Amino acid sequence: MDIPTATGIPNRKLAMWTFIGSECMLFGSLIATYLIYKGRSLAGPYPEELLNIPFITVTTFVLLMSSLMMVLALSAVQRGDRRMAKVWLFMTPLFGLIFLTGQYIEFSHFVHEGLGLSRNLFSSTFFVLTGTHGAHVAGGVLWLGTLWSLAMTGRLSEKNTVSVEIAGLYWHFVDVVWIVLFTIIYLLQ
Amino acid sequence: MATSEAALGRVGPAAAEAEHEGTYSGGLWSWLTTVDHKRIGILYFVTGFLFLLVAGIEGELIRLQLARPESRLLDPEFYNQLFTMHGTTMVFFAGMPLIVAAFNIVVPLQIGARDVAFPRLNAFSYWVFLFAGLFLYASFFFGGAPDGGWFAYTPLTSKQYSPGTGIDFYALALLLGGIGTIASAVNFLVTIINMRAPGVRLMRMPLFTWMTLVTSALILLAFPPLTVGLVFMLFDRMFGTLFYNAAAGADPLLWQHLFWVFGHPEVYILILPAFGIVSDVIPTFSKKPLFGYPVVVFSGVLIAFLGFGVWVHHMFATGLGPIVNAVFGGATMLIAIPTGVKIFNWIATMWGGSLRFHPAMLFAVGLVATFVVGGISGVMHSSPPADLQQTDTYFVVAHFHYVLIGGTVFGLFAGFYYWFSKVTGRLLHEGLGKWHFWLTFLALNVTFFPMHFSGLLGQPRRTFTYAEGLGLETYNLISTIGALIFIIAFVPLVANLVYAWRRGHPAGANPWDAATLEWTMSSPPPHYNFAVIPEVEARDPLWVRYERETSPGEEVGARPMLQPEHPPAPVHMPSPSFWPLVMSVGLLIATIGFLTGLAVSLIGAAVTLIGLFGWAFEPPEH
Repeated sequence: MDIPTATGIPNRKLAMWTFIGSECMLFGSLIATYLIYKGRSLAGPYPEELLNIPFITVTTFVLLMSSLMMVLALSAVQRGDRRMAKVWLFMTPLFGLIFLTGQYIEFSHFVHEGLGLSRNLFSSTFFVLTGTHGAHVAGGVLWLGTLWSLAMTGRLSEKNTVSVEIAGLYWHFVDVVWIVLFTIIYLLQ
Repeated sequence: MATSEAALGRVGPAAAEAEHEGTYSGGLWSWLTTVDHKRIGILYFVTGFLFLLVAGIEGELIRLQLARPESRLLDPEFYNQLFTMHGTTMVFFAGMPLIVAAFNIVVPLQIGARDVAFPRLNAFSYWVFLFAGLFLYASFFFGGAPDGGWFAYTPLTSKQYSPGTGIDFYALALLLGGIGTIASAVNFLVTIINMRAPGVRLMRMPLFTWMTLVTSALILLAFPPLTVGLVFMLFDRMFGTLFYNAAAGADPLLWQHLFWVFGHPEVYILILPAFGIVSDVIPTFSKKPLFGYPVVVFSGVLIAFLGFGVWVHHMFATGLGPIVNAVFGGATMLIAIPTGVKIFNWIATMWGGSLRFHPAMLFAVGLVATFVVGGISGVMHSSPPADLQQTDTYFVVAHFHYVLIGGTVFGLFAGFYYWFSKVTGRLLHEGLGKWHFWLTFLALNVTFFPMHFSGLLGQPRRTFTYAEGLGLETYNLISTIGALIFIIAFVPLVANLVYAWRRGHPAGANPWDAATLEWTMSSPPPHYNFAVIPEVEARDPLWVRYERETSPGEEVGARPMLQPEHPPAPVHMPSPSFWPLVMSVGLLIATIGFLTGLAVSLIGAAVTLIGLFGWAFEPPEH
């Protein structure tokens, strides 16, 4: 499926790495904006009143575990272990979905407490930054779900290792971004 | 996701011959579904050229309004729309697509590849660009075009001061177009890194390919900050976020930072490909290898690198403080060094060469001369105290038109005269080409040189008229006369196209006796480009080979075409696909939804997903 290349790296894999470079600038700009506006909200509710660190720690743990499952999924596909590939390709997006559910619960709680999108600078920067990340997770869930459905219908074999590998690259990148967001939003208040 | 297309319709020697006859023929459907980099390049060129004409007409109207003081030819609101659309179109919908047209047509040929790494993604980039441009121009019919200037400063562009939909069109069009542009950057980075033929090492690549690589990296890293800035702007206007709202404690300068972190690299996105073209054209018509090849390459890389550290020189007047201004002023001056190095390398390449002043060469040498003028006025306002006098005056307008016309446009025309015969197989008329060059050169200087003076006298940009008796009348009248010469300069260009179409002589494989791989196959190239994937052993492969294989003094025309006429083995080329078009239409509908309602956006998202899945699961052979 992949043609020989000058560097030996499959085209799709190199494209994913370049795309991740671009994504670094996207999240970099959003994170810079969040940090610049940190502590400059003129109206409440303020972040320290709302952020629920224990709850988000749990969803963060879930997201990090999904990365582990992604590694296991790739390894299963590489080995040609179709049974375990199905299991891990199901579990990875499932854990992503659990994370998204946690984000939905957090967002609705904030809105319920009066922190709408246009309430203050914290709400604007927080919702757009974490929302962009959430959209990336959702895209990854859709992608991994597609790979899982291919696995279920027997259309995913060790020949498709690169397809799973680049999905994994994306998924790990999105997780790494969350580690940064978790640190700057929740831990370094 | 089968984005890497290798396999696909089998073509034997006989079928290949039939295909060869009709590289560009075929009905509308074949153009809508094409994934051939040469055809996509032609689509980019034609579309970009039409946008260039439209933006040119907008510029002419601006000059007509400014021909006399206190003129009431155009009303001020329309004038604001004109200069905004002129700048936005020239940068995003004329300059960049014409550059991407050159990437598409030339790069795979120069590296010995049969297509780009992701042919369908390439088609997708084109359709998204086309739809973004049409969407932007639709604003004229739905409540007025954007009128906040091409850099759309907040708070002027906030909902409070720009209540119409013009700014929404601006932000949405640039967001939509940005998707295609980033896709192009990924595509060309992977193509150049991965699709090189054996022996095409990085330090053997032609300079145009090198600058495409550098420019793609710039696009990849510079567009995301613009995307983020535009999303903030759109959300502020549509959903009430507070990113640029000073009343809520925000800093409207955030937009300027995000915009210019993109905007300054954008300047190099527009100029480095032109430098690359000139670095290929000058050696060809001087019959000498490029002087100091590695230095020219690394100067380009250095310009790109420094380009990310100078954005504040667009913001000297915003009061960021003397230390910030001094640092960014110094960094800006540094860029003059690698740029000057390139200028001297081009001069040294010509030095002692056997020069031939083909129109391509004239435009290339014209770039060397006029870019120096624009470059030097650029160094002048890299100094903050000087900039405070010159910023937002016509002096700056003079500066960036010297670098954008004298640099980007001259470079693109050099490339046009250089590669036209490769794409079409026909030779252009050299005399008409020379007329085109001299008229354009005259128009550029007559239009923009007087603006240095009107600017220093204090005439502000973006103001629809000026009072009598300020000493501005003569300069403005001369500028307007110059602008009209630009129209005359187009006549020989159009005449030349008609000439080439009706009775242009066949070009042959290598009409200029050039040194690089794109001149090894017939013109126009067969759809598979290379019947045999070449093996390259030197930096100027054809010159090295000719030197070995032909006797001294032999006629250029007698030199052999190095590619066989028929491929010895079946060639696998990617099949046409309409999924990129479906996906782009979906994105367009989703974009329109931002102005019409959520339901439309959801339909657009659905169409996009259908396109995406159709694309991903397209069988490799059908």
